Amino acid sequence: MPQDFRLKDGGLINRDKKISFKFNGKEYFGYEGDTLASALIANGVHLIGRSFKYHRPRGFFGAGVDEPYAIIQLYRNGETEPNIKATEQELFEGLEAKSVNCWPSVNFDIGAINNYLKIFLPAGFYYKTFMWPKSFWYRIYEPFIRKAAGLGTASIKHDKERYEHKYEYCDLLVTGSGPSGLASAYAAAKNGARVILAEDKSRFGGSLLTSEVNIGNQSGKEWADSIISELKEMPNVTVKNRSQVFGYYDHNMLVMSERISDHLPQTKKFHPKQRLWYIRAKEVLISSGSIERPIVFGNNDTPGVMLSSAAKEYIKVYGVVVGKNPLIFTNNDSGYETAIEFKKNGINPIILDTRKDPNSEIVDEAKDLGISIKNSYVVVAAQGYKKVKSADIAKISDDKEQLGAIENIKCDCICVSGFWTPTIHLASQSGNKTKFNENIDAFVPGISKQNEKTIGAANGIFTLDETLKSSFTIGQELSKKITNNDNKFSFPNVVEKKSTAHDKFWCVPLPKGKNYKRFLDFQNDVAVSDIEIALKEGYRSIEHVKRYTTLGMATDQGKTSNLNGLQLVSKIENKVVPAVGHTTFRPPYTPVSIGAIVGREVGKHSKPTRKSPMHSWHEKNNAVFVDAGVWLRPRYYKRGNENLFEASKREAKNVRTNVGVCDVTTLGKIDIKGPDAAELLNRVYTNAWLKLPVGKARYGVMLREDGIVMDDGTTTRISENHYHMTTTTAQAANVLSHLEYYLQLVWPELNVNVVSTTEQWAGAAIAGPKSRDLLKKLFPKSDVSNEGLPFMGYLEGDLFGVKAKIFRISFSGELAYEVNVESDNGNFMWEKIIEAGQEFKIQPYGTEALSTLRIEMGHVAGSELDGRTIPYDNSLEGLISKKKDFIGKRSLSRKAFTADDRQKVVGVVPLDKKTSIPEGSHLVKDSKAPLPNPKLGYISASCWSVEHDNPFSLAIIKDGKNMIGKKLFVMSPLKNKIIPVEIVSSHYVDPKGERVRS
Amino acid sequence: MLYINCPHCGMRSQNEFSYGGDASVKRPELGKEVSDQEWNNFVYNRKSLRGKHWELWQHLFGCRQWIKVERDTATHEIFSTLKANEEIS
Ligand SMILES: [Zn+2]
Repeated sequence: MPQDFRLKDGGLINRDKKISFKFNGKEYFGYEGDTLASALIANGVHLIGRSFKYHRPRGFFGAGVDEPYAIIQLYRNGETEPNIKATEQELFEGLEAKSVNCWPSVNFDIGAINNYLKIFLPAGFYYKTFMWPKSFWYRIYEPFIRKAAGLGTASIKHDKERYEHKYEYCDLLVTGSGPSGLASAYAAAKNGARVILAEDKSRFGGSLLTSEVNIGNQSGKEWADSIISELKEMPNVTVKNRSQVFGYYDHNMLVMSERISDHLPQTKKFHPKQRLWYIRAKEVLISSGSIERPIVFGNNDTPGVMLSSAAKEYIKVYGVVVGKNPLIFTNNDSGYETAIEFKKNGINPIILDTRKDPNSEIVDEAKDLGISIKNSYVVVAAQGYKKVKSADIAKISDDKEQLGAIENIKCDCICVSGFWTPTIHLASQSGNKTKFNENIDAFVPGISKQNEKTIGAANGIFTLDETLKSSFTIGQELSKKITNNDNKFSFPNVVEKKSTAHDKFWCVPLPKGKNYKRFLDFQNDVAVSDIEIALKEGYRSIEHVKRYTTLGMATDQGKTSNLNGLQLVSKIENKVVPAVGHTTFRPPYTPVSIGAIVGREVGKHSKPTRKSPMHSWHEKNNAVFVDAGVWLRPRYYKRGNENLFEASKREAKNVRTNVGVCDVTTLGKIDIKGPDAAELLNRVYTNAWLKLPVGKARYGVMLREDGIVMDDGTTTRISENHYHMTTTTAQAANVLSHLEYYLQLVWPELNVNVVSTTEQWAGAAIAGPKSRDLLKKLFPKSDVSNEGLPFMGYLEGDLFGVKAKIFRISFSGELAYEVNVESDNGNFMWEKIIEAGQEFKIQPYGTEALSTLRIEMGHVAGSELDGRTIPYDNSLEGLISKKKDFIGKRSLSRKAFTADDRQKVVGVVPLDKKTSIPEGSHLVKDSKAPLPNPKLGYISASCWSVEHDNPFSLAIIKDGKNMIGKKLFVMSPLKNKIIPVEIVSSHYVDPKGERVRS
Repeated sequence: MLYINCPHCGMRSQNEFSYGGDASVKRPELGKEVSDQEWNNFVYNRKSLRGKHWELWQHLFGCRQWIKVERDTATHEIFSTLKANEEIS
């Protein structure tokens, strides 16, 4: 296929390297350095998609980030990605792209019927129509709209690409490498400041790539190249292309997305696809340039109507012409520059200028080249459906209200220039109070809130000389403040053509009897008539008008539509634009991929995984693991074909009959030292701690100030001023912060230090009637008899040469011990326990058996201490000291907490002794009562009691102390179960607690 | 993301800290009789100001110190920071 629209030479592409690609299944080729857009235009492809609402044909409108139309579905290396702008996607070998929002094809699209029904699709149509009847929404309207709308399809496959996050700090962040960015970055870098220069495009230079200027004795592009290569050599400078600074957040934190591999056929090994940079900058220089504004006229969305600056960029950068018979429609000198480029390449353009008699160097040059110019002329409407074929044009009166006779002239593209809009998004995001500049009909940054300054065209400065001078100066001054260096240099001499004032004209009136659609927002299909309807219906605030009509709400965020929308509202409302005000700019400036936002935190890396020192032993012994917070813990050890239920029953039974060992390394451990350690514990726990002897452990409960139980655990007095506290696995971090809070802020007079030692100790719980026999074998030198090591006693022992802490504490209701050794010795300890335990039929047990054992003995845990219960609810009121004050005590005397019928933990047994009770079920008096059936309580934990061989649950139930012996129903609508049950004591095993003391 | 000056460590990003509420709240002394209303004010009632506000942050992934931060809740501007044992003036 010949490239009909490619110029014979020129442009910055590499004509030595051909690249083949596919669009909608058809093969084409372009050159290295093309974008998908420039390559398609070179091949004469102008129809690329269908519009969002009316499915009207869509071509190209811009050449970069402002593109509202050319959104495609991209296929790369077996993956697909929606929402890609063809004007931003660089061409690579084997690229495939497809049109979106059209079915069955871009040339014949059924949805285009909307175009003929458009009188039925005015502003607010979706709000008005699909609200009623409500039941239709999910079944009919929503699926229909989804199919008809949509801007592509997200992949449902796992994304194999890697995305990274990076944190960076700098003195000066410069966002954009046009003349202002280059000058300021260069001046600051020369002063020794740490500079990051970010450029969104692949090429540096911004407007210097397309303008005919000279700086010093170089062309604009040569000057840009030399500055960039000098900056790249400097160690204090980071220069990044393909990097969009898209968000300006608090305290000068900016976020930049770097597209590292999107321009390559596939990502290189060990490289990320994209990288998100979190940059904390001392100063920010916003050099994001400006975007050309369209002029509004009839059918101005027809393919072939595009920004004049884009047409110029396609010629100068890509060596591509967007048409061979171009019409330039302008209200300022920029259109002439585009016309001159066409003319230089042998194409004869016609200029329609809304101005009556403009005079400038640029206008003169166009005249000298013999370009045909029609003054006081406008385009009334574009003609043609899938591509511009001609234009209806007319003379316009001096007051811009009256059109002359309509003439039709042939053309194949209409290049529009309605002057320039500074890109103030980042400044506005930072909190800058923007102001309206009458001279340029646009908003510019005003008073800064953060350390930010806007320079060059983004600040409304449109001459190169002034831009360079002010940017050099700002870069130099800001860096001087930071580095104290003051490097002096002389300003280069600038040669540029002078332009004259623009005409404040933005919308062509409708000719009599014509009802052309005149679009403001090209991506969301919002026309002049839609705004008029919204205002007629009473919407006034620009924020409301925006939401009602969806003006500026598409993925291009109204980069080309905002100001014309404001002009329209102010004209109808008879206000000035600054009084209407602009809508809020919010990050991101351009769409950012979800992958980049998530970074490496996917799958296993979404949170840290902590493993105990015995983890590999568990793995080798068929442990099935469960996530316990960030820890991986054995849930059960599978034997043969056992399932969870069978294995946990076997393990729990073995603890009750012989001896079991459980990895309890995950328990939180806090080392507490200092002369006031006992006093701290006495204030933190609800029970008394001052008289605990050395070598003894005690169970304690701690509350929050609101009286709710925060955590429980045992704390052991190791020596006079040294305690070892244990917490639950889940609350370990919170308890440490809680202690630090009171020690640092509330009671700084207490002389105590606390530190987490969770990871320093490996722990094994040895539980069961034969646990003492096992302990004797493990510690032959220690007296572990009931007298030598009584219940809640503590010893330091020698485990075959390894120092060990032995606590006689029990979580299972059996005679039990916990042995701790330094983490490095954890596996050694475990293997010794298993080895020595063989003769006592030892079995390891996991968290499921652990739960069974604690539930059937009525020991409350996380499912009861759930942040909503007080000590009484958990039958822990015996641990409340009456003599002393402690954290949260005052709250316990609140009325609700002392009510007679307060909820309490109880046991629940099904009457048939067979049916398992789902956790979370409700307890009700009458299973047949009308809904909503009054709820008495809920099941907090369930198990199969190995002691009684029937199901057993714990529940928290209103008036619990009077419920023992009552017959109730458990209802689980989720599992569709109604189970008759009896309420019993929560202590289902050894209610007198004899075993733990035996 | 806020940039907080830890009096012990210097300027650090917000993601190293955890928020700890109103720094002007004083816990009633242990063992002292307090009315329901006073206790209620201590546990539950907060002004939730718009504007300058002293608040507590803990430098969780740093020095683990609780610090006091004077911040504007509307603009996020931070004016000054204090160590736990320094009084708000
Ligand atoms: Zn710190």
